[in-house]
Amino acid sequence: MTVTGFFFFSIAAVVLISAILVVVLRNPVHSALSLVLTFFSLAGLYILLNAQFIAAIQVIVYAGAIMVLFLFVIMLLNLDKEKRVGEKHPLQKAFGIAVAVFLLVAMGSIVAAGVLYGNKGIHTEARVSAIGNTKAIASLLFTDWVLPFEIASILLLAAIVGAIVLSKKEL
Amino acid sequence: MMIPLSYYLILSAVLFTVGVIGVLVRRNAIVIFMSIELMLNAVNLSFVAISKHLDSLDGQIFVFFVMTVAAAEVAVGLAIIINLFRNKETINVDEINIMKW
Repeated sequence: MTVTGFFFFSIAAVVLISAILVVVLRNPVHSALSLVLTFFSLAGLYILLNAQFIAAIQVIVYAGAIMVLFLFVIMLLNLDKEKRVGEKHPLQKAFGIAVAVFLLVAMGSIVAAGVLYGNKGIHTEARVSAIGNTKAIASLLFTDWVLPFEIASILLLAAIVGAIVLSKKEL
Repeated sequence: MMIPLSYYLILSAVLFTVGVIGVLVRRNAIVIFMSIELMLNAVNLSFVAISKHLDSLDGQIFVFFVMTVAAAEVAVGLAIIINLFRNKETINVDEINIMKW
């Protein structure tokens, strides 16, 4: 097995195991910590895919900012371990897993059928590495995608206002 | 050795499925939120893999926007969860059913 293959399979194993732990662990703090591990190893996969900028903001935004927010809220709420109270619908778990497995089979059959195709773009690996990944993304972001970029800033402003309004006791 | 595109897509599909199981099976609102983050990350992985496969950077720009939306969603959603906990002393989604009737 080559070095790339070794890295891919070991990182993929870490991603899957820590993702399953997020769902399985009963204590929300432990779930959040294994979610941080998932995000870090996904950043490793992005580096394997030559997406260095995305890997960096994955670590900074996801593993840094968003997960700190999660841990803060868990700390504020001071939750105990989830109590194993009787479920309202006894078949809930079985149905949930069945639906998810059906979804997995559907997605897997699309991948196996190989019906995904598209036109090749102009940003080949040599071209991007000549000007640098971040610079290439930035030049696209501020030319072709400048309107969505500005709308994203308005969305963030709306989220800030919404979060403050929701968590204030009275206005 | 180049890792084939289908390996990344399969990994992303399995990751998405784990997120779906989390949303459907868990009863803790915060863990449900984390599972939604897992699903968003699975989609991001597909975006980046296909973007490399097609020699295009548009997928990576989409990942950037997905991260923006995820950040906004988490900020508002966690504020709602804090409010719920203040009013009902629980974040078990089976006990939060006043909007159901």
